Amino acid sequence: MLGSWRDIDWIGIVLWILRAIIIVMVIWGTIATIIDNPYTYRQWIDFIIFGIAQGSMYALIAIGYTLVYGVLFMINFAHGEFFMSGIMTATVFIATPMAASGFLDAQPILALLIIGLVAVIVSISVALLTERVAYRPLRKAPRLVPLITAIGASFFWQHYFRGLYGSQVIPFPVPDVLRGTILIFGTQVLKSQIIVIVVAVIMLIGLNFFILRTRTGKAIRAVAEDKDTAALMGIDVDRSVAITFATGAAMAGVAGLLYALVYTQVHWYMGFIPGIKAFTAAVLGGIGSIPGAAIGGLLIGLFESLGPALFLEGLGIPAPHQLKDVIAFTMLILVLIFRPQGIIGERLSEKKA
Amino acid sequence: MENKTHFDWKLAVRYGLLAGAVSLSVSVIGMVELFAQRDLIAGVLTLGQVILFLAPVGLSYIIAGKQPPGKKGYALLAGLITSLVASLPLVILVILATSFNLREFLPNVSPALINTLTFGQGVIPGIFILMIVMGILGILSAGMYLLPERFRKPIMMGLLWTLIIGMFSEILTERLRSFFGVGISKVVFSGKALRPTTALVIFIIVTLISAAWYRRGEAVKERIADSPTMQSKQFRWGVFAVVGVIFLLLPFLLGTYLSEVANNVLIFAIMGFGLNIVVGFAGLLDLGYVAFFAIGAYMMALLTSDADQGIAGMSFWLAIPICVAVAILAGITLGIPVLRMRGDYLAIVTLAFGEIIRILVLSDLLKPYIGGAQGILKIPKPTIIGLDLVKPDQFYYVVLLGCIFAAFISWRLSGARLGRQWMAMREDEDVAEAMGINLVSTKLLAFAIGAGFSGLAGAIFASKLTSIFPHSFSLMISINVLCMIIVGGIGSLPGVIIGSLALVGLPELLREFKEFRLLMYGILLIVMMLARPEGLWPSAVRKRELLAYQETGPTADPTAVESET
Repeated sequence: MLGSWRDIDWIGIVLWILRAIIIVMVIWGTIATIIDNPYTYRQWIDFIIFGIAQGSMYALIAIGYTLVYGVLFMINFAHGEFFMSGIMTATVFIATPMAASGFLDAQPILALLIIGLVAVIVSISVALLTERVAYRPLRKAPRLVPLITAIGASFFWQHYFRGLYGSQVIPFPVPDVLRGTILIFGTQVLKSQIIVIVVAVIMLIGLNFFILRTRTGKAIRAVAEDKDTAALMGIDVDRSVAITFATGAAMAGVAGLLYALVYTQVHWYMGFIPGIKAFTAAVLGGIGSIPGAAIGGLLIGLFESLGPALFLEGLGIPAPHQLKDVIAFTMLILVLIFRPQGIIGERLSEKKA
Repeated sequence: MENKTHFDWKLAVRYGLLAGAVSLSVSVIGMVELFAQRDLIAGVLTLGQVILFLAPVGLSYIIAGKQPPGKKGYALLAGLITSLVASLPLVILVILATSFNLREFLPNVSPALINTLTFGQGVIPGIFILMIVMGILGILSAGMYLLPERFRKPIMMGLLWTLIIGMFSEILTERLRSFFGVGISKVVFSGKALRPTTALVIFIIVTLISAAWYRRGEAVKERIADSPTMQSKQFRWGVFAVVGVIFLLLPFLLGTYLSEVANNVLIFAIMGFGLNIVVGFAGLLDLGYVAFFAIGAYMMALLTSDADQGIAGMSFWLAIPICVAVAILAGITLGIPVLRMRGDYLAIVTLAFGEIIRILVLSDLLKPYIGGAQGILKIPKPTIIGLDLVKPDQFYYVVLLGCIFAAFISWRLSGARLGRQWMAMREDEDVAEAMGINLVSTKLLAFAIGAGFSGLAGAIFASKLTSIFPHSFSLMISINVLCMIIVGGIGSLPGVIIGSLALVGLPELLREFKEFRLLMYGILLIVMMLARPEGLWPSAVRKRELLAYQETGPTADPTAVESET
């Protein structure tokens, strides 16, 4: 009948074709690379460890997205700026003078603890200020409104800190102890990367304890479940939301320090790309779920560091490392199109997604 | 019983600290110093000082309004305390900066800034002058609140207009000179600022006019509105014709430089009309809108350029429909995968699309075809009957044509069946589908038409610049256009032009703003959402909805794609 061709799910078919093309391209590229074998075993190990280090950083940032989304159903677009603000301030005011006075090399652990603490405090302050001014008054507004203010807050903080510390890249002084490599399981690994992975794991375990075992964590989970009922049970919703933001920002502050250790520099624009990637990680793992954020972060980190070498090179693309951000963005798009609920995480209703 | 009200010290101090924090912030991020180079009134006032004092003055005024009525002394005291407290962080900054080398940490705390803060009088006298000036301003602004409304409003108008004219003195001087010769312009302006005497004259004239308007204006307005000519169709067409003629003659009034600004404003307005369809009518928040702008621009470059990358050597007029068609195709292609997405996820995915296109354009992968970071050069300007439209005031007509085209289509669509389908979809997709609206084609049409406008703007943009580079197509453009339609009023067609004038035109006239443009946009987005979500020139429908929203609470949904979860 006339209506019958309309009943076919055209979009479904198109999406399936798209999925097939991408899978074929990835497999083809991978096989071509494996046959060609342009990299040594050592290089592959480097890629993987770098991927894990970067991934654990993304995981820490992704926690912030996941917590806020879990509680407010809102994409906190400014989260990357919380990440940037802490370490920028700590670098300018603490790390650089410490390096100049020699304290950094004399007491590296104490120095890094102080730097991290300052970064966390600044990140939390920026997050609380943003929440108070740009998000809290709009909690009952339609969902696109806080997204727009979040974009506004993101641009505001970027350019505020740019004005504050200048638009140039600021070098981050890494203590001499952390330079160079150590031997682990027979392979040379950069010390800073090991530190990043260890710190990230400790932070994630601590966070899990905080959310699952403490009273405050329980309150946060209750608010995430149902704000009105939580309020009836005597939970201060505003306070719980603020604590949620602060927790996410604290994780971002630590992630900032790890970023500085890995890349040895900070700048005002550093929050944007890691922010988007961490958001991708949160969505990939299943937004709202903390283990999901950790897994998603690791996967994004690995894909990004292995991807260009593994399948883009096989496709014959010149300078594949230029396109590593494209991999992250493409993954974001694919996840949102094909599996918006992520790897872990309950299926969100259409309304939520 | 005597109603004893104590003076609220805490509130005044808190307001003062807030104002001080703002003033300190604008100082240390470099805004004060940058804008101090722009004189408003020669030798009296710079834009930097206005920015520095804005928060203390504003908060003094607000706190005066919070004092119990009838206590005039309280209001003045509150204003004084607020502004004095506000000056403290600045005083501390001055002292710190003179004793330590703060510049190591904060590059913008320069000797020039300290000089501005202390009025060039040295540290110790300067600190006292700063505090005294702050205090006086605080009392004055609190006192302003105490004035009866019929004095207050005209005076504020007078101040506002004097500041505005002062701000644009540079351009006004140039215009006055070209129309009336150097003489007149020398009388009004000195260098690039108002002369103090003329500033006073302008202030008095504006104040008097607005005082008269305040007394009689409402009555006059009503009489005009009630008169039959005002409501007739001919009158509306008359207004239309006058506006049209003004637009046609604009380049002659504006001169070369301002025509260039007008071109930018109109190009962004074309994009604004497109995004207005996607976001405003159909409610699909698209943050990757710049992708289609880039596609339009690169198509134009490829089709017409004389450089190596040019493939066709077409003329502008032949290329432009192709550019638009390609952009529409791209809009549909990128639209299909996201058809099932809603709200914030859609925003993030479109943002990712935009970034992917930018990175691809920059990469070595496409470099042989579109030039990588070096871009494409030698794009010819359009010609009409042998006449090259080279100068900005000639090119203006091309842009105007595009803009009228976009505006006309938007206007016709907004009332058409398709437009109303979009709006139904915006309010509630499920209900719209139940009413028999085909969501797939309706959404794709929104993406396609929006992309088409953006491609048109891109094509004109490429031809205007005669060369394009990947850096022109950053996320900032998308944010810029989004801000434009939010400031103008989502879904409102005049709002697009207003938004474009305010967000594209103004920053070009005040070139110092460039560095802080995005900072301002950020603040603007937040403030607009908090204070005036309907925009400066809201569409009638939206105004009604928002009114209902304020009355009934969040159940009636003004800007959202979906309802509260």
